[in-house]
Amino acid sequence: MAEIIESGGGKKHGKKGRKSHGTTHVDMTPMVDLACLLLTFFMLTTAFSKPKVMEIVLPDKTVDKNVKPPEVDKDKVLNIIIEDDKAFWYNGMAVPDKITNQMPTLTAADFSKDGIRKVLLLRNKDLFIKMDDFTQEVLKGKIKLPKDSVDKQLKQFKKEDKTGPIVLIKAGENVKYGNLVDIIDEMAICNIARYAIVNISPEEKEMLAKAKALLPPTPAVKPENKK
Amino acid sequence: MSKLKMPVRSPSVDMTPMVDLFFLLLTFFMLTTSFRPQEAVQVDTPSSISEKKTPEKNLITLLISKDNKVYFNIDNGADSNSHMRSALLKMIGDYYKISFTPKELKKFETLSSFGVPMAKLKDWINASDQKVRDAMSVEGIPTDSTAVGSELQMWIHFARLTNPDAEAAIKGDFTSDYKVVKKVMDILQDKKINKFDLTTNMEKVEVKAKDIK
Repeated sequence: MAEIIESGGGKKHGKKGRKSHGTTHVDMTPMVDLACLLLTFFMLTTAFSKPKVMEIVLPDKTVDKNVKPPEVDKDKVLNIIIEDDKAFWYNGMAVPDKITNQMPTLTAADFSKDGIRKVLLLRNKDLFIKMDDFTQEVLKGKIKLPKDSVDKQLKQFKKEDKTGPIVLIKAGENVKYGNLVDIIDEMAICNIARYAIVNISPEEKEMLAKAKALLPPTPAVKPENKK
Repeated sequence: MSKLKMPVRSPSVDMTPMVDLFFLLLTFFMLTTSFRPQEAVQVDTPSSISEKKTPEKNLITLLISKDNKVYFNIDNGADSNSHMRSALLKMIGDYYKISFTPKELKKFETLSSFGVPMAKLKDWINASDQKVRDAMSVEGIPTDSTAVGSELQMWIHFARLTNPDAEAAIKGDFTSDYKVVKKVMDILQDKKINKFDLTTNMEKVEVKAKDIK
């Protein structure tokens, strides 16, 4: 039993009228002190949440010139150009419109939940709802599958999908790394099946400059880490 | 008036449950603890919803600081006897014609991330303590490519040679410039590392399907 034993006390007049013979009192105080000290030390130094990683896959650079890049349906393409903590987006390709002879205009959106996410969700509605319904049913226990098969099934949904957009992510001149991670993260949140990080074209740079000129001047705000 | 003198009695508190609890917690913390690795720079990573865990071993970490400097780190490999770091240092030393003593190789094994050019690496290893080392790591590893390739390129190249299983992770500060990150990614792609990780903090984002229905 760990007790506080005052010096000079102890065995001579055993407490609570206990007789001195028989029980031996071991002074545990130093051990308890040490345990306390170690406990504090480990509590303070421990790193609870390990950092997580987000995996990205880039295409192989050594591409065979003879192999044609896959054709994409231009109606499905959604271009996102990130610049100045904003995401500018337009549909299709950077070519003048056949009728109006005008370049597509960029629309500015931010990284909040009503910004670019809404654009992406609306474009990816069918696939998102399909995947969401599936995960909901798994959560409710209607479909019983091990976690691996659930992930596999979700991947399969993405692979088979024909409805969602093909998102091309481009970076402007003044882009912070945090914004890049944000936009890739939006792809994960919105279950976008196909996206790629590509280089910005000169035409798009012009379009971007035009769009930036139209924006009301805002004080330079540092990008924030939290959404 | 004199105070009534009470007989002095030592209080006896039963501390057994408390001590039990202490030891329980102590055991818990001792078993779960994993020490925070010392990094050369403080990096504030962006957040994402990804739940994939950082690999513990066989990882090349490329740190990108707020002021766009690149730092390099690699672990000693899955096996504690593999001594990957000293093997790497020896190899890259041979390439740059800098010879490291066995003592320096041994010392390098125990250190972590660094951001010094090759010419200063010897001084960095031999520095008296970590504070001096951190003060030296202000330049970052040169990324400007020369005819033979930048130093960072060489580090990645030799790291892959010494440890072919090594994966790469970019741990960038969220305020660092995309251009620098792109440069690092380009180097990784050149070295045929097309699949790599971006270190992030986890955050939860809830999107409800009914919002868009």
